[in-house]
Amino acid sequence: METGAQNTADISHLVTQFKAVPGGLLPLLHAIQAELGYVPDSVVPSIATGLNLSRAEVHGVISFYHDFKTHPVGRNTVQICRAEACQSMGSRSLEAHAKETLGIDYHQTTADGSITLQEVFCLGNCACSPSVRINNDVFARVDQDRFDELVANIRGEVEIK
Amino acid sequence: MKFFIPKDTTALALGAESVAMALQAAGAEPVRNGSRGMFWLEPLLEVETDLGRIGFGPVSSKDVPGILDALKAEPSSHNLYLGPVNEISFLSSQQRLTYARAGVGDPVCLDNYQTLNGFKGLKNALSFTGQQIVDQVKDSGLRGRGGAAFPAGIKWQTVLDCESEQKYIVCNADEGDSGTFADRLVMESDPYQLIEGMCIAGLAVGATQGYIYLRSEYPVAHKLLNIAIDRALEANFLGDNIQGSGKTFHLEVRLGAGAYICGEETSLLESLEGKRGMVRAKPPLPAIEGLFGKPTVVNNVLTLAAISSILEQGAEVYQNFGMGRSRGTLAIQLAGNIKRGGLIELAFGVTLREVVEDYGQGTYSGRPIRAIQVGGPLGAFLPESQWDTPMDYEAFAAINAMIGHGGIVVFDDTADMAAQARFAMEFCVLESCGKCTPCRIGSVRGVEVIDRIVANEDRDNNLILLHDLCDTMELGSLCAMGGMTPFPVRSALTHFMSDFTGQGRGDN
Repeated sequence: METGAQNTADISHLVTQFKAVPGGLLPLLHAIQAELGYVPDSVVPSIATGLNLSRAEVHGVISFYHDFKTHPVGRNTVQICRAEACQSMGSRSLEAHAKETLGIDYHQTTADGSITLQEVFCLGNCACSPSVRINNDVFARVDQDRFDELVANIRGEVEIK
Repeated sequence: MKFFIPKDTTALALGAESVAMALQAAGAEPVRNGSRGMFWLEPLLEVETDLGRIGFGPVSSKDVPGILDALKAEPSSHNLYLGPVNEISFLSSQQRLTYARAGVGDPVCLDNYQTLNGFKGLKNALSFTGQQIVDQVKDSGLRGRGGAAFPAGIKWQTVLDCESEQKYIVCNADEGDSGTFADRLVMESDPYQLIEGMCIAGLAVGATQGYIYLRSEYPVAHKLLNIAIDRALEANFLGDNIQGSGKTFHLEVRLGAGAYICGEETSLLESLEGKRGMVRAKPPLPAIEGLFGKPTVVNNVLTLAAISSILEQGAEVYQNFGMGRSRGTLAIQLAGNIKRGGLIELAFGVTLREVVEDYGQGTYSGRPIRAIQVGGPLGAFLPESQWDTPMDYEAFAAINAMIGHGGIVVFDDTADMAAQARFAMEFCVLESCGKCTPCRIGSVRGVEVIDRIVANEDRDNNLILLHDLCDTMELGSLCAMGGMTPFPVRSALTHFMSDFTGQGRGDN
């Protein structure tokens, strides 16, 4: 596999940190994603070597879990809860509204790079549905107007910066 | 005057942070407590006064100046005044054991926990043998609260009886069922109780290492648990030579990565080992060959939390709650389209109707209730004729339903139950681990067959086919994911057939 130095992120310090941890692959992948924003294909060989796994095994784990991204994502991740409690409070129409106003489907990123839209199944906020998570913050009782307000807010902050 | 404003996920999601900032701006530094689980009142501002803890809610930052003014004169004059918090009937009518401390103080304050009887159970446990602890758990009648309701004491006995240099305690905190937040509330409002329960479990079976497998959708719980573990370690309630006893127990939080199936215990163990979350065939039981092939206790958050009160107050106190073989209390989570949603801890035996009508006060939308799903996405949809069923494991099993983890999701009369049945299959498509064919392929075919039924393509034959497919999934799947996905589907077919045929809302 050819991996030019320019597109190979250096994750050796993370591999060193987790290689002796029992069951350390998931914590390592979380750490890589926290640092790089996603888990690029180019780091798979060094993970495999460091943890004494095959590349297929590492790839298998990355692809099994919804959390791990193999491509760059937007500056903000917006997750809409699709589970039953949120459905009972109108999340199906919220989903449609979000896709329409952002002009993207799930797992896609807006053209300005500000937002990646994702589905999520339950944020544990089921008594005050519908729920939306933006990065690490959960928002309750999100109707269409509230959604637009939250989106405008994160986009505004991006512009200010 | 002392002010309290919660920092749990739901309170934060409703604006608790801006309320806290408004209080600070006014010179009133609030204690950031956990939530009491009365989510329809969040953000619930509590104030310690001569009258005890009084509440205002739901509060926004704009209300803060007005409340501060009212407190100087007559608190009850404010329109958000709720009176003494302990006298709010939603709370005062509950039988709180696991949630007795929830919302009282700062959840990660060790002094607060100890003042409220924390670590007394652990101190008792340190004076017992492993067998004596296991006997207490057996006598309490505690059954696993994750959904399967297996007697906790029997599981512990199996692990205790195994000879092994290394054993593990694993807490299943992958609370993925929609309509559930009981585990989250424990971890965010009273995390030491879980830590204490796990430590006691370690002492009981001879395990020195514990893991909390926490879903990544719970960032607030993650942060609070890590703070609590650090402080417990520092105060020597964890670590080596616990309280001078010579006993050891280490504890670590591990994050999941967004896979519902990892709430299934064997899939969870695979994930903890750093692998794909593929379900294992049983036997061997995890109690005998669990994490890294070693004897392992896998229990839900609520099961382990209950251990603290059982060891503190004695097995008999716990055993005295409940009905039949369902002993102790049930953490009911009232969610979905409901006016007053939240956490209701009661002895087993309350009816679904009492919960939804008396506590919940009907739907949030104000429309009639159409269906209630109990026990998460794998639980049946119950029509009104079944709402008088008492909430205990056996009574629910008798109507082909399950209590599961105690989540209740209410749907009003706008719900399309054919769409919900389709969603149950679709969810199984997305979340199946893929190991067994009935679950992996059956769910894909299930979506297609439901679509054909709704589109009236050879409907009668496709209905026969759907039932046949449900039989295959129920009988042939390796775990509850494929095995129970038919429950919501079949209940929708049985009770809400008109939604599949487009013949209006004449429920049968």
